[in-house]
Amino acid sequence: MTDRHVDPAKRVRESGTGAASPAGTSALLDTAVATAEESFADIDEPGVRPAGSNWRLVGRRFLRHKVASASLIVLLLLGTAAAFASVVSPYEFNPTLTPEVLADARQPPSWEHPFGTDKLGRDQLTRVLYSLRKSLLIGLGVALLSVVLGVIVGALAGFYGGWTDGALMRFTDLFLVVPELAVLLIVAKNPDPSFFGIFHFPPATEVSGMILILAALGWMAIARIVRGEFLSLREKEYVEAARAAGASGPRIILRHLLPNTVGPIVVFATLEVGLAILAEATLSFLGAGIQLPEVSLGNLISDAESTVGTDLAYLIIFPGLTLFLIVLCVNFVGDGLRDALDPKTTR
Amino acid sequence: MSALTTKDQPLLDVQDLSVEFSTHDGVVRAVNGVSFALRQGETLAVVGESGSGKSVTALSIMGLLDRSGRIAGGDIVFDGTSLPALPERDYRGLRGAGLAMIFQDPLSSLNPAFRVGDQIAEALLQHTCDKKGEARRQAAHLLEMVGIPQAADRAREYPHQFSGGMRQRAMIAMAIANRPKLLIADEPTTALDVTIQAQVLEVLRSAQQETNAAMLLITHDLGIVAGTADRVAVMYGGRVVEEGTLDDIFYRPRHPYTIGLLGSLPRLGDDPGAPLRTIPGTPPNLLRLPDGCTLAPRCPYAIERCRGERPPLEPAEGDAGHRSACFRAGELERLVAEAARP
Amino acid sequence: MTKYVLRRIAASIPVLLLASVLVFLLVREFGADPARVRCQNSRDIECRRRAREELGLNDSLPVQYVSFMGDFLQGDWGESQRTGRSVGESIRGDLWETSQLAFWGVLFSGGVALAVGVYSASRPYSRGDYMFTGLAFAGIAMPTFWFGLLTIQYLTFELQNLFGSTEPIFYSIPNPVATGPVEYFRELALPVLVLSVQLVAGWSRYQRSSMLEELNRDYIRTARAKGLPRRTVIWKHGLRNSLSALVTVVALDVGALFGGLIITERVFSRPGMGTLLLSAVNNGDTQIVLPWMLVVGAIIIVFNLLADVAYGLLDPRVRMT
Repeated sequence: MTDRHVDPAKRVRESGTGAASPAGTSALLDTAVATAEESFADIDEPGVRPAGSNWRLVGRRFLRHKVASASLIVLLLLGTAAAFASVVSPYEFNPTLTPEVLADARQPPSWEHPFGTDKLGRDQLTRVLYSLRKSLLIGLGVALLSVVLGVIVGALAGFYGGWTDGALMRFTDLFLVVPELAVLLIVAKNPDPSFFGIFHFPPATEVSGMILILAALGWMAIARIVRGEFLSLREKEYVEAARAAGASGPRIILRHLLPNTVGPIVVFATLEVGLAILAEATLSFLGAGIQLPEVSLGNLISDAESTVGTDLAYLIIFPGLTLFLIVLCVNFVGDGLRDALDPKTTR
Repeated sequence: MSALTTKDQPLLDVQDLSVEFSTHDGVVRAVNGVSFALRQGETLAVVGESGSGKSVTALSIMGLLDRSGRIAGGDIVFDGTSLPALPERDYRGLRGAGLAMIFQDPLSSLNPAFRVGDQIAEALLQHTCDKKGEARRQAAHLLEMVGIPQAADRAREYPHQFSGGMRQRAMIAMAIANRPKLLIADEPTTALDVTIQAQVLEVLRSAQQETNAAMLLITHDLGIVAGTADRVAVMYGGRVVEEGTLDDIFYRPRHPYTIGLLGSLPRLGDDPGAPLRTIPGTPPNLLRLPDGCTLAPRCPYAIERCRGERPPLEPAEGDAGHRSACFRAGELERLVAEAARP
Repeated sequence: MTKYVLRRIAASIPVLLLASVLVFLLVREFGADPARVRCQNSRDIECRRRAREELGLNDSLPVQYVSFMGDFLQGDWGESQRTGRSVGESIRGDLWETSQLAFWGVLFSGGVALAVGVYSASRPYSRGDYMFTGLAFAGIAMPTFWFGLLTIQYLTFELQNLFGSTEPIFYSIPNPVATGPVEYFRELALPVLVLSVQLVAGWSRYQRSSMLEELNRDYIRTARAKGLPRRTVIWKHGLRNSLSALVTVVALDVGALFGGLIITERVFSRPGMGTLLLSAVNNGDTQIVLPWMLVVGAIIIVFNLLADVAYGLLDPRVRMT
């Protein structure tokens, strides 16, 4: 009896630690990885994957999903609002506290202040929009960086196989075993993080630092997916043909294998965006991420924590609702993309 | 209406059955007006290639159609009762008792998590037995009947511990546990080694004789048909194209498809280097069935009438027991002989 | 089976070892600098130099690792820099607290997830299924800390107002005065609810997909062909084979839970491993961090092992090796 029979357990473990850690890996990711690994893995012809004009087909299939399309629209609207916050809102997110401003304190939601104002008279909608900017930036940044890291590890493991694969996968496994939020907390709280004292990088209180540490714990799922794809794809004939024609390893990877794994990568990158946004908010809530006076959806909520049960509870509700909505929409878009890119989905 | 002229009523009477599936791409008519009948104790072999509708017909009789499938027309009369009209609870009472089915792949057809004996006992407990101990004992006895040595011990084992042939025997034991009147075997030996096939068929045949059950044997293998069937129905494109006794079909085929099937069988005397005789063309697309005869596009004897009109299943040469769905049934013998002449 | 278990245990040992190295590196290199913390972040070079001497930070990393692990494995986990209390004691106490929350949370979530998953798989694409799918998506996207605060808002305060009672029905913080089983559950109700949101969302989806896979298998058709009632087919045959997948996920998640209840404990002011780490990190109590990480890491690996064992128990093909 080989470990073949342990496959489901391994598969689950390989794809993430499940829904338990609030900061991150969700079981949506797990199920997605598991099903993706199965369904994506047996497409035979290279031409089935989106390449060039196939993207239009994908787009059409995506638009057929009403929920996903609606979510995309919501995201675009919110993203634009956040990007142009200074245009959308007449207020500043961190105004000087003039008597004027202070007079407006503790206003419940109204036409002038759709999200209300806080104890110091600051308009909440503005603060939420500026936080959203950070969240989206971090989300996209983490997704991008995770993809880069994950693809490198996964491609090398999947293409070269054997010893390289074994070593790289052990390495990946180790990262999957650590408790994510705990590690993030520990590293994020370090005001001057560095690589063995030599290479210093920004702390988590800055957007760039946050992106770095979140990506450092977010590349594993993509690595596994890419590795799986490569392992199956490299046995295909067109790879043999390329090799026979004298193409070198990296060339084969870049021109033949990678383009065919774009589908699952895109899906996971999307899900990663949502996870990163949640993670950042969680860290900021705990005081280990973006610090006041810089605003983050997380620290807005922690700042307002004492208003629970009072009239000012709206200070908690709106930032949280925005956070929830963004992540929900991102997940729906990711789900829609998965259906659009997988030719074998039946509904 | 079935055209059998016998004094006893048929046990199973399939009348103009049509089955449709709704798929992503449209409605697929897997079975398109199929009629045949079966008497107690008789073995009817349903022959055809994959996609001909034979498995779907079997599943329809059992009432085990997928969620996306439905009986679109016709009737299935079993022992005087119309099955499609039966409420689910009564249908369930028949399944596993009056009606039993054996499937193609015995490994995947048995639950890997339960012992073999328990799975057989489950069938007994559902219908004819109500004491666990008694059911277990009967299950072991059934395993013995189908030729499994040390039956009592093996009943406590799991499916993965059985070999392929043994698993199928266990499936047969499970099917006959409640002495069914009709036994449906869907490609029972296809997943097995050739050497085991004959043994399993033997078990099947003796099990049938034991219980005097009628058997509907579905297969694509004419060799099996020759050894076990009393009557044969040949299916193509969702229809029965020819039906008759074993001798009728093998010695006096009256349909181009049957002739093609028989012709394609490799024979001992054949030249090993010669190409296999196949029927040119491909099976019909069940999404868009042609108006006339489904075989017309591939048939070497097709005439204009074949393409426009659907040939009904009618007695060939006045013999009610031997029917064919071909306008040129009567001329076929002559046509084939002409074609064979150099 | 024993051979299988032994082999899994043997495979876990190198993982434990490697993980301890990784954790050590992680905390020492990327965690806060203990010397700096000792000197209260002052820029006093003298202080720093002395601190580095005392804490053995000038030795090479491998030496530090060995010396630390030596102490650790002998049970000497040091004292908290802030309170002076034994780290081992703190961890033991807080581990017990977290275990309780985890236990009730998993019990509740597991039951709900199973029911929802089985239901959804037996009636796929029905209205109920779509509703549960929507709820699952909501659960996965839900920020735990926000949901926690919302439950306090509505289930503690608003509910109290609604009934005009002097005391909240569900507590938002542990009640130090009252004891007894009722009080115990009033304290646990909200944290378990918040915890279950994430767990149920993920697990129910997982159960649904694994069960759908099973229900499409041939042996289900055989069960139906035997005339078994629908309920038996689903709950006896279908569930049995999909359980191994769910149990695996649950075991893995439980392991992760010990390090992952930070938010829940924080929002509801409960003592536990999460609170311990949070305060250690916030107060620069570096002595606690390493042992904490090692304990949690070990728990995760142990639960990974349990997941394998459970899977083996459930699948007779593995059980018989």
